[in-house]
Amino acid sequence: MNELDAKHPLDFDAPRFSIKKPVVRSDAQGELSDAERVDRAMKAFARDMNSTTAAYLESCVHCGHCAQACHFYVTSQDARYTPIWKVEPFKQAWKREAGPFAWLTRTFDLKPAVTADELREWQELLYDSCTMCGRCSMVCPMGIDIAALVGLARHAMFEAGLVPHELWAVAERAEREGSPLGATPKVLKERIEWLEDEHEVEIPLDKPKAEVLMTLSSIGIMKYPSSLTALAKVMKHAGYDWTLRSDGYEATNFGMLSGNLAWQKALSLRLINAAIACEAKLLVLPECGHAYGALRWQGANLYGKPLPFEVLHISEFLARAMREGRLRTRRPTASLTYHDPCQVSRRGGATGAAREVFAGLKADLREMPNGGDANWCCGGGGGVVTLHRADEHRRRAFAIKMKQVVESGAEKAVTSCENCRLSFDDGQAHYHWDRKMGSLLDLVAEHLDEAGTGPA
Amino acid sequence: MTLLELARGPVLTVALLVFFLGTAWRLWAVFRRPRKPDYSAPRSSDTVGGGLRAIWQRMLPRSAYERIGMTGTINAYAYHIGIAVIVFAFAPHIGFIERLTGLSWAALPDWVTYIATAFAIVGLVFALATRLTDDVQRLLSNFDDYFTWIVTMLPIVTGMALIEQTYVPATPMVAPATPDPTLLAVHLLSLELLLIWFPFGKLAHAVLVFVSRYRTGVEFTRKGAAL
Ligand code: SF4
Ligand code: SF4
Repeated sequence: MNELDAKHPLDFDAPRFSIKKPVVRSDAQGELSDAERVDRAMKAFARDMNSTTAAYLESCVHCGHCAQACHFYVTSQDARYTPIWKVEPFKQAWKREAGPFAWLTRTFDLKPAVTADELREWQELLYDSCTMCGRCSMVCPMGIDIAALVGLARHAMFEAGLVPHELWAVAERAEREGSPLGATPKVLKERIEWLEDEHEVEIPLDKPKAEVLMTLSSIGIMKYPSSLTALAKVMKHAGYDWTLRSDGYEATNFGMLSGNLAWQKALSLRLINAAIACEAKLLVLPECGHAYGALRWQGANLYGKPLPFEVLHISEFLARAMREGRLRTRRPTASLTYHDPCQVSRRGGATGAAREVFAGLKADLREMPNGGDANWCCGGGGGVVTLHRADEHRRRAFAIKMKQVVESGAEKAVTSCENCRLSFDDGQAHYHWDRKMGSLLDLVAEHLDEAGTGPA
Repeated sequence: MTLLELARGPVLTVALLVFFLGTAWRLWAVFRRPRKPDYSAPRSSDTVGGGLRAIWQRMLPRSAYERIGMTGTINAYAYHIGIAVIVFAFAPHIGFIERLTGLSWAALPDWVTYIATAFAIVGLVFALATRLTDDVQRLLSNFDDYFTWIVTMLPIVTGMALIEQTYVPATPMVAPATPDPTLLAVHLLSLELLLIWFPFGKLAHAVLVFVSRYRTGVEFTRKGAAL
């Protein structure tokens, strides 16, 4: 440093206009060398690569359309949050190691080999900045399912031991204890006893046989216990033979969100085996988006054959009960809007189910602008809500959601995902917003016409 | 051997070989990967229909996603359609294809191609300008994007030089003038460069688009999700 500099040191840490100091934030698990991390990541990525994902990696024309669909890009205007950029190291690795002209790429060193530092840098893009909501996948003119690529890249990151630690710890706990939030079978049993006493409802647990196996999200058990009472009321009213099982109740799958395929499978198998054990014909997933994706669309593939029972999301189940005339309901007085959980609607194909429930309730439904399949994500899916270091980013994205809810003009908002409700609660507290996100199941339970005078 | 003979003979043969074999190889790299069976109970079994619908629907602007820049979309229409008209509807090009394959069809009047050329050029220039100025596109872009742009533009520009040469009002009385052989050779060589580059770079999206859209269409339709 010369004399002038010594007298006038540059202060790189002070906040300044338009220059952002890049924050390098990455966690690591295990004692692995950089080379091992890269090697494991690449092997895992190659292992899960199929013909469709290969087509995706070959097809991008770098048009950038996907950026405009992503809440994280839209609210930051930072090009790094462009959806397809989030899988850039894997695109690069594909071209260099496995693509059609990999030999040319390597021989002439046209694309550099991916480094552990790059993977560390991308941790923030693959986890903190992607809810796997699939909005980007809908606008890509090449039809690339970018969200699926992010899922694949997360497998690689997990193998490399490069997962945000909060998410890793939650997933590990889920695998070890059966619940990510400490809703162990013992806690569940205590909750049930308490709720049965408090609300005079019956919540069957561990019936040896039942037609319907109901499952829960530990977010519901721990944060929204009224969902259990609502469930019991609806099931009694509709007259179903149902049970909860202490050997398979937790439907959230943090194994999937963190990128650990083995944990994902272990968690799904608990539900599958519980349903088989009680000879259930139907397994109903709770108000949780990713639980639906995990079991409804990926469960059978991890099981290795078709599931011997039907799987429905609770919103589909309610819609069916209404269709079959099992629910007598009263009309809600307030106008309502519905926040589509990405994994149930856009990614899950059950967009119509909640609408059927609203129609059954004869509710005054006011759709949000871009509601339904094009709905904006709450910002907390894909495990993002568990990452405190992503709070600022997530809350910024939530601003879009607030606008959308307000523009619907509805008095009340409901959704069918407890993870979404968690992000809404956080956003509400952060912005001192006067809106609360309710639950579709609670709404139905509150409007059951027990006297039997309403429309069936 | 003159430059024109070279361009019409061996170079053309090599270019066509690289084009077909390279493209087949690139597709093979995709198709040879495993396709795991999906055991989840499908919501809809019309997956082939869904795949085809996705190919069509992703060609249309998406009204539910109003933030997605319409300018870029309209511009993409402009140069894609422009280039298609130049390649497939211009009489000399149909003649070229006929000499190669024996297939021919009716051409559109020359002035249509001239308008299409204007659209293609303006569109491509606009696309490049966006690529250079838009943060997102600039970040995503690499050598492939810029080289592909040059390789696409060259045949258009060299072709325009030929239009100057041969422009003769189309009347039965006047035979078209023979184009300058060097200019024609350069035009042909620029096309051959495009054919050779096609399998290696992003031009291959012209075939890959059908694969990725179809596959997404199949998977989304299986789930009953919107395309
Ligand atoms: S899946 Fe959603 S959050 Fe992730 S990149 Fe795409 S639009 Fe953004
Ligand atoms: S929209 Fe599709 S083709 Fe365009 S940059 Fe994004 S992923 Fe690539």
